[in-house]
Amino acid sequence: MSASLDAGGSRPPQTTDPVPTPASRRRTRERLAELRGPAVPPRPLDARALAALAANPGCRRRALLDGAGVDKGALAARLGSPAPFGQSQFAIVRGNSFEAKVKADGGRELLRLFGVEDPGAVSVPDLSASGPEGRTARTALALREATAAGGWTLLDHPLLTLEVAGSPVHLEPDAVVVDPAGRWTVVEIKSFPMVDGAADAAKVGAAARQAAVYVLALERVAALTDGAEVGHAVLLVCPKDFSNLPTASVVDVRKQRAVTRRQLERLTRIEEIAEALPEGLSFDVRECSAERLEAAVEAVPHAYAPECLAACEMGFHCRSRAREADAVQTLGRAVRGELGGLTTVGAVLGAARGEHGDPEDPAVAALRRARALRQEALDEAGAAACR
Amino acid sequence: MSLIAHLARMEAVEAGRAQPLATVRHRHLSARPLVLVPLTTAGEAGAPLGALVGTDPEEPRLLVVPQPRDRELRFAFLAELAEEVLPYVDGHTEAVELVEKNRTDPETGTKSRVEVELCADAPQLIVPSRAGIEYVRLLGRSTRFRRTAEQDPDTPYPAPPRVPLLGRWLTHYGERARVPGSSLLLAATDLLNRHWATGQSSLEDQHLGALLAWIDPAGDEPGAVGAHRAELGRDERGQLLCPPAGPATDPAFDNQLLAPAIEAYDRARQAVGAAEDGEAAEAALAGLHRAEREVRRLVASQLKPAWDAVWRALGLLRELPEGARVADRWTRDRWSFTAHRDRIAAGEPPQPRRDDAVTAAAKLAAREQAQGQLDAQEALDDPLVLAGRRLSGEAFTGEVAEVLMAWTESRRPAPRPLLTVRTEDRPHLDAGVRVYRSLGGKPQAAEFVAREEDGSLVLRLLDRMGRAKEPAEGTVPEKGERIAWTLFEHDTRVGPKLPDPEDTPWTHGGPPRSAEGELPDAVTPEDLL
Repeated sequence: MSASLDAGGSRPPQTTDPVPTPASRRRTRERLAELRGPAVPPRPLDARALAALAANPGCRRRALLDGAGVDKGALAARLGSPAPFGQSQFAIVRGNSFEAKVKADGGRELLRLFGVEDPGAVSVPDLSASGPEGRTARTALALREATAAGGWTLLDHPLLTLEVAGSPVHLEPDAVVVDPAGRWTVVEIKSFPMVDGAADAAKVGAAARQAAVYVLALERVAALTDGAEVGHAVLLVCPKDFSNLPTASVVDVRKQRAVTRRQLERLTRIEEIAEALPEGLSFDVRECSAERLEAAVEAVPHAYAPECLAACEMGFHCRSRAREADAVQTLGRAVRGELGGLTTVGAVLGAARGEHGDPEDPAVAALRRARALRQEALDEAGAAACR
Repeated sequence: MSLIAHLARMEAVEAGRAQPLATVRHRHLSARPLVLVPLTTAGEAGAPLGALVGTDPEEPRLLVVPQPRDRELRFAFLAELAEEVLPYVDGHTEAVELVEKNRTDPETGTKSRVEVELCADAPQLIVPSRAGIEYVRLLGRSTRFRRTAEQDPDTPYPAPPRVPLLGRWLTHYGERARVPGSSLLLAATDLLNRHWATGQSSLEDQHLGALLAWIDPAGDEPGAVGAHRAELGRDERGQLLCPPAGPATDPAFDNQLLAPAIEAYDRARQAVGAAEDGEAAEAALAGLHRAEREVRRLVASQLKPAWDAVWRALGLLRELPEGARVADRWTRDRWSFTAHRDRIAAGEPPQPRRDDAVTAAAKLAAREQAQGQLDAQEALDDPLVLAGRRLSGEAFTGEVAEVLMAWTESRRPAPRPLLTVRTEDRPHLDAGVRVYRSLGGKPQAAEFVAREEDGSLVLRLLDRMGRAKEPAEGTVPEKGERIAWTLFEHDTRVGPKLPDPEDTPWTHGGPPRSAEGELPDAVTPEDLL
């Protein structure tokens, strides 16, 4: 890892491209709005979209659709492969009541989880404003005021922006706490239980990656605020054991932050993806026919892997495309690694049978040996079964 | 996953149905396993919604919690589950065989042979998926610390009598499921995935319905088509054709069907409470029964497909012959079961929330050993598994081309015959590397000596030839014999035995255990149990 990654903790991500001018940014924004459909409001980058970003940073299709704020769930449904995601109302009710409980008592309950028994006055500023820009500005103002005030402040559902692949996306953490020393800490409230002090590792990992994105977004605001510092440890709040009582654990997200930051820096810039598209494409789910949407989606290359199914609304659509193309990735990312230049199932099987492929190629030679050994073992077992 | 397994997956893609990954069955299947298909309530840990449980595929017992947030109903569910599971477990504790074991007297250090009991068979629990195994652990954790009225008359919400015992058994089974090769608690998906390769990724293989569509398709339907329908297919009401095999339910089911039914049940209960005269009470009770029946019907509709799928999976697996060394691993499972039976009979407290350092170290060592043993045994039992090891250079099969007798140069010469073995395989051999073959179920070692010009290997046999100068009959391979050799040992060597907890130095024992044992979970009004 290069030293520059962490050296300037709060600088905006560097890219090798020329610094985008306000005019070019506006052009990109306009182009993305056009792709989304002028009448459609952009979707903020929710937890699932963040998970998809982490699962598959190299996918251009996902990057463009998320960057343009397209509702991928609606799009997938129009294309005939509706995403199987949904939330049970039991989970929603329980989650909401749990979050309300955590934030109860004017934020004192949450500060108790921080380990602060007597915080004095806790300020909970009103962050409501019209439109995402208004809410972002309101959040930034509240953060500045809280840092200057030098007391405990709880920001309930602040709205932050982060530049992802050259276009701003909106993020909404559950809460941010500002302490008297001016340190900002992200609070992530989850409804999976912490049984005996341990929660499901995969879920904690996902929460940490999500929180790391919020930390990066907060750092952009902190860079413009005197005396502010963003904590690289976030507070994960979960129900304790089998109850509805909150318990909290401090999760260090330095690593996730560094990884996400590197991923964000390396993302193909959305404006490049958008510029490479033919004119007249549209992802407007309200206006366009399914055929037009299909053509538009096909114009942006995907990088399907089975992990997408759990993270991205487009997963099943991309899977059927990848299967039509006979791509080996449909069997898992690990499969690719051992096969050298062979990218389709047909090519692999053909090479293994000796129909084509260069026998000097180590991947081909290994495949032929593997097939011969497999066949020998199956024949042997078949013969044994006949006896 | 090895290249051979990847290849099998690609063959499955081409053929449109699953391909074998094993030629024998590598896990023990009990003649009468107990199948448990649990469902849980979304968003709440350890709030069961229902279960199908039983040993007869035709007659599952349906257990349903009509209002999962009601503590009483939840306890009633657990008590019913205990009534199904514990008699099945108890049915295996009586029949025992006596086995001789070495024992060292802790005082004098003298060794003696004693007879100990080993249960003749152990109960086997089958759940649909890995998530089901985790749920068994969770159920065990949520119930084993509960107090019954008998244990603690002051406890505010006493658990039904046998529920804590159920928790201890479920915990033991959940813990044992982490030992590689163990068969006490198995997931149907894991069983199928061990023996067949589908034309999809291992992530998609966790869906029992999709998996069966590849392995046991309806007619000639390609696996991918059937699997897609199992994953996403919905009826005209938007309900999945193949409901998830639990414990989580489909959100569309929760929102469209279950939530209204539970609301109706709540209303019916209120009506019973509000009834003022006998006639109204009777009508309200009838309404309550109707509402409860409706919830039961809905929950059963989600459970039954998974129940049938598990039995279908078991049927498929029974068609494979059992591997030769599977019984050996099952004996270890029987030991594990017997040991827990004895702990409960001795009145020991439930398993702690967290293992202490000594227990944790012992468990890790045991699992590591079990993994090595499983890898070796599967390869020895199954030529298809061995093929994978041959491909990676950890084993080779060859024909004996020549046998040259030779002896050690000591005063009492012992036989050390030299074998020339012709093989196409490419094992990773250096001078002095030991290789093993199975001789009457026991490993016989040989040492790699040299590679001939034509590529044949020269091996020197080292043991199992008897004490005489001439090797015992049948212990030295003959010319023309085809033998599989492995570079890995057949019984994994373990490190030195860990000392008993009392003898473990304080530097390695972790914090001392508190004498009072584990307290039950605090019960709060908020947890709505």
